[in-house]
Amino acid sequence: MSATTTKAQPDPSGPVRFDSDGGRLCVQGRLTIDAFQTLDLDAARDQATQAEVIDIAGLSHMDTAGAWFLLDLAQRTSAGAASGITGASDAQTQLIAAVGDNLPPEDAGETPPARLVDHLEKLGRRVALAGSNALEMVSFLGQVIATLGRVIRHPRQLRLTSVVHHCQEVGVQAVPIVALMAFLIGVVLAFQGSAQLRQFGAEVFVVDLIAISILRELGILLTAIIVAGRSGSAFTAAIGSMKMREEIDAMRTLGLDPVAILIVPRVLALIFMLPALGLIANVSGLIGGAIMSWIELGVSPAVFQSRLVSNTDVWHFNVGMIKAPFFALIIGIIGCYQGMKVGGDAESLGRLTSASVVMAIFMVIVADALFSIFFAIVGV
Amino acid sequence: MTDEPIIRVRGLVTRFGTTVVHDGLDLDVKRGEIIGVVGGSGTGKSVLLRSIVGLLKPAEGQIEVFGKSVRDTDADHYRALRRRWGVMFQDGALFSSLTVRQNVEAPMREQLDLDDDLRALLAGIKVRMVGLPDRALENYPSELSGGMRKRAGFARAIALDPEIVFLDEPTAGLDPIGAAAFDKLIKQLQISLGLTVFLVTHDLDSLHAICDRIAVLADKKVLAVGTMQEMMDLDHPWVHEYFHGPRARAATPVADRKETD
Repeated sequence: MSATTTKAQPDPSGPVRFDSDGGRLCVQGRLTIDAFQTLDLDAARDQATQAEVIDIAGLSHMDTAGAWFLLDLAQRTSAGAASGITGASDAQTQLIAAVGDNLPPEDAGETPPARLVDHLEKLGRRVALAGSNALEMVSFLGQVIATLGRVIRHPRQLRLTSVVHHCQEVGVQAVPIVALMAFLIGVVLAFQGSAQLRQFGAEVFVVDLIAISILRELGILLTAIIVAGRSGSAFTAAIGSMKMREEIDAMRTLGLDPVAILIVPRVLALIFMLPALGLIANVSGLIGGAIMSWIELGVSPAVFQSRLVSNTDVWHFNVGMIKAPFFALIIGIIGCYQGMKVGGDAESLGRLTSASVVMAIFMVIVADALFSIFFAIVGV
Repeated sequence: MTDEPIIRVRGLVTRFGTTVVHDGLDLDVKRGEIIGVVGGSGTGKSVLLRSIVGLLKPAEGQIEVFGKSVRDTDADHYRALRRRWGVMFQDGALFSSLTVRQNVEAPMREQLDLDDDLRALLAGIKVRMVGLPDRALENYPSELSGGMRKRAGFARAIALDPEIVFLDEPTAGLDPIGAAAFDKLIKQLQISLGLTVFLVTHDLDSLHAICDRIAVLADKKVLAVGTMQEMMDLDHPWVHEYFHGPRARAATPVADRKETD
């Protein structure tokens, strides 16, 4: 029935005590929020039910929490909540009155547990939301394409500086990481491929393995994934924070079109730069593969080159390059769309930035799968 | 009410790079008063507030709160000190990932080991005390209006029944009716909770309505401290312009002409 005060409190007044004295329950000491950490509420309540009034003349400190508890106790006394507390100073009376006016409503009961219907409703809402999001994104794509078309018809509307700036950001600055990544992939392919092919004495086919897998799939796919992580997230964060600070709304009121100013240059820059990055990745992957084949299998660079030229159809390269602008469009649209969806709070910025990366990578892989089927059907 | 000031600032010097914001600033705040701090933009009102609560380390000078230095103190000490004040930032600075109830519970959760139900109940009382409706409890800050966010920020500042509350422009951006209601709320809670209020404001109505004393920051110092009447009578160009300017209560036709100049 006692409570400790924290060591930090400089006041020497003692912990709160509840003493029953005939019909009175005398409360003494500090009844503050700290006391509630160790206070036995039920014991005090039991004492209160047997008392007529609560005497708080000996109370040295009382805060909102204390005032609430005194009201709670007073309700249980025979005198009732209204007159159950005696001995309060003016300040204490005022605080008790203020707390009394702000008690939670009586009917604030537990929320009923979720039923199956609620879960179904939630599921339905989510499906509907996903559907409307997909629709919104398609309409956003249409808007961007329409604006792109307008820019093509009126090239003077194109923000050339902005396009160049974004080309630098998403393209030139990504060259080192993309080249290194592709080089290492080439190395790994050569190493793993040679270990397997050596069993059949077919080491020299490692050239075909490297060339086809890198040119056709890996070069561009992995480049797209890196760009999605690097630039897609940057698009969302940049546009999202502009949205948060109402810059986008300011643009609209000035008669500027945010799609033309912010989104078209970004998407265009990606469409220009992703094929270039893919090409760099291809070259660098082939170099990595060639070096590893030389070390591991003794396939000299000259042999590698001649086999590459004679045995690998140029369509493998074309297939990779055809996919690049589509991947760029996917990454750009998703990154910008998620940025435009950012609301007023910082939380949504973070959530949508990560959603943008995940979604862009996922959609790139889906598109890659669709392209595989398409190219298989047309037979290249 | 003892004579010993609850906040005592002596010889405060604050610099950002080569810019000197405060140069030998002195200020005393008495226990139980509402002190309004005014000053032009860039005179370091918010910087002063941030220095007192220990968010900024001043270059020189002494800041004592409850007779203890804020600056030269260890972490435990600072933690104990911090419990005894609450701060409300300009736009409430609510945690956007938490509901209003969770925001108000946050200091209790951090500082105390309380039962969940009790904590929710006490948070509910605080939220009602600042005049927010019950349905706001489960709302996220982004779902609230600016005025409601400020009220919720105030509720969080008083969550632990602090002895001092620091309010940074509580009425800025509120409509006159909302601002007046907020003033009333501050006064009312100051009386019922026995608060000392450190109020940074530009709102002349607030100064008139609730401040016991006013401190004017200018020329990198506290230029003057005193009641509203003393400020009105003070003979300093900036102070005169501020309290007698076109937007002040005592607006005169002369002042009106000044505005159109």
